Amino acid sequence: MGSIATPEFEVLNSELTSKIDKILSENEYDASKLVGILLDIQDIVPKKYIPMDVAAYVASELNIPLTGVYDVITFYSSLSDKPRAENIINLCKSIVCRTNNYMDLQKSLEKILGIKVGESTADGKFALQYSACFGACDVAPAIKINQDVYGNLTEEKLEEIIKRYR
Amino acid sequence: MSKTVSLITENYNKYNPDSIDEYINIGGFTGLKNALNMSSDEVINIAKASKVMGRGGAAYPLGRKWEQARSVPGDNKVVICNADEGEPCTFKDRSMLENDPFRLIEGMAIAGYTVGAQNGYLYIREEYRHLQPKMKNAIKQAKEKGYLGNNILGTDFNYDIHVYSGAGAYVCGEGSALIESIEGKSGRPRIKPPFIKQCGLNQLPTCVNNVETLAIGTALLTHGAEKYLSYGTAECPGTKVISIAGNVNKPGVYEIPFGLTLREIIYDIAGGVPGNKKITLFQLGGASGKIGPPSLLDTPYAYDDLHKVGLVIGSGAILVIDENMSVLEFLKSIQEFFCHESCGKCTPCREGNKQIAHILDRLLAGTQKDTDISTLIRLAKLMSQASFCGLGETAQSALLNAIRYFPEEFGLQ
Ligand SMILES: Cc1cc2nc3c(=O)[nH]c(=O)nc-3n(C[C@H](O)[C@H](O)[C@H](O)COP(=O)(O)O)c2cc1C
Ligand code: SF4
Ligand code: FES
Repeated sequence: MGSIATPEFEVLNSELTSKIDKILSENEYDASKLVGILLDIQDIVPKKYIPMDVAAYVASELNIPLTGVYDVITFYSSLSDKPRAENIINLCKSIVCRTNNYMDLQKSLEKILGIKVGESTADGKFALQYSACFGACDVAPAIKINQDVYGNLTEEKLEEIIKRYR
Repeated sequence: MSKTVSLITENYNKYNPDSIDEYINIGGFTGLKNALNMSSDEVINIAKASKVMGRGGAAYPLGRKWEQARSVPGDNKVVICNADEGEPCTFKDRSMLENDPFRLIEGMAIAGYTVGAQNGYLYIREEYRHLQPKMKNAIKQAKEKGYLGNNILGTDFNYDIHVYSGAGAYVCGEGSALIESIEGKSGRPRIKPPFIKQCGLNQLPTCVNNVETLAIGTALLTHGAEKYLSYGTAECPGTKVISIAGNVNKPGVYEIPFGLTLREIIYDIAGGVPGNKKITLFQLGGASGKIGPPSLLDTPYAYDDLHKVGLVIGSGAILVIDENMSVLEFLKSIQEFFCHESCGKCTPCREGNKQIAHILDRLLAGTQKDTDISTLIRLAKLMSQASFCGLGETAQSALLNAIRYFPEEFGLQ
């Protein structure tokens, strides 16, 4: 195992609160925009997840039940209620990447990062997870680091790319 | 001579997609202007005359869809552009968002005018979140120039476009699940009736169209139906934007006239299979699409011809699998996708997918029981008939065709 996901309480300090308020007001406190709001918030929370106190804050600010917020967090695979890492590496294992040997990429990534799929590095920099097809099949096998897509990968290219995020 | 054409994709690399002025310079918004000079009936007639089928996968005729949407009573209606593009091997809508965002905005406005909507919603999958700023910029510029907003081009047509993001759920491509998602909820499909065309987003009449379909709308209103009809074959006119990938030398997005054979597409356009390896199978239309054996490669890529041999066009994805992968390994990979993406709302899909995965595992390990094959077939058929939404209904398309075309893989010969 890399890092152990310890529960973190009271992530919501005043700095984060004001950033969240900004996201909420950009979205006009419109509860129909919950999915996008949570994605934006997740991006600015350390370790890229929605902590419990943040979920509760969003629920009360949007005037919706907390269960409504968790309904969304737990349904969509891009949202997480568990701490992950500063950079999320998505490794596609859908059919096009499979027939272009994503397994080789997985081995290289696990070697470079020193973790297995499903884990995070101890320094909290990287989380490695499987993903379904993200529409980069023309450059399969592909990975996505945060919102950046990389394809046609070899081990050398991978090392160089990972370095940029260290 | 190149076998590709350019009509729907005519603007790719022709202008800077961040600049509305450049779009206007190459004739942008002519389609919307033409539409606004017509009655909605005339626009619908052009869509009907072109015989365009929806490009999201279900192949519903565009003219009929717009006509139905128009005739639903109500002075507040909604158009949704489905940019969820979740089928593995499908990435043609991405190419439209990247290369010609204004054509899509224009198509959404044409659709809005035609069906009588005041609001358009562009639902973009989370995986394409990096394209959101581009689309938002296009919408902002279109508003500034009076192509969106109130009294568009001096008419009494008012129309605005809102961008919403998905968050990684294939099922949200299904119309009612997509609507749930835009309402800020988890994306589980709704029961029908009521149909979304009468009661969709926020209970309003809603017309859902795919990105490519709306981009075709722009082409039809810009150049007329005749231009579109001049491509393809008599029975299946027009062009299609395909995304081809897998074991081919030149994977990518291409626009082709209907009627080329699959062999021409794979070998002449996509450069054939690396190392000249043999093809095990191909799949059309993404994971929920059908598969075929290499003996069908001379089938023309056209709705009727494909339908006759049990294939579909679907989203326009063409996946080529070479001899390094077996039919069963392929099915296993597709099955993993559906196990992951089933929303769990109904039993046939939630449990059926799991059980089928177990049986495929046993087949791959050679430890299958006598009853496994008959169970497999029974479950696959049951899912296609009893599932709550299109995901479960089509999840076993590949498996059922595998049994038809590769019976030996299941010991059925
Ligand atoms: C599980 C599922 C996923 C779907 N995914 C998409 C998609 O990603 N994009 C899309 O346009 N249509 C998708 N569809 C089809 C839509 O429900 C709908 O038919 C389509 O967007 C209508 O547009 P069209 O008539 O222009 O094709 C999906 C359907 C199902 C059942
Ligand atoms: S068929 Fe599958 S995806 Fe559709 S409602 Fe049932 S469980 Fe959900
Ligand atoms: S299958 Fe991997 S990006 Fe599409």
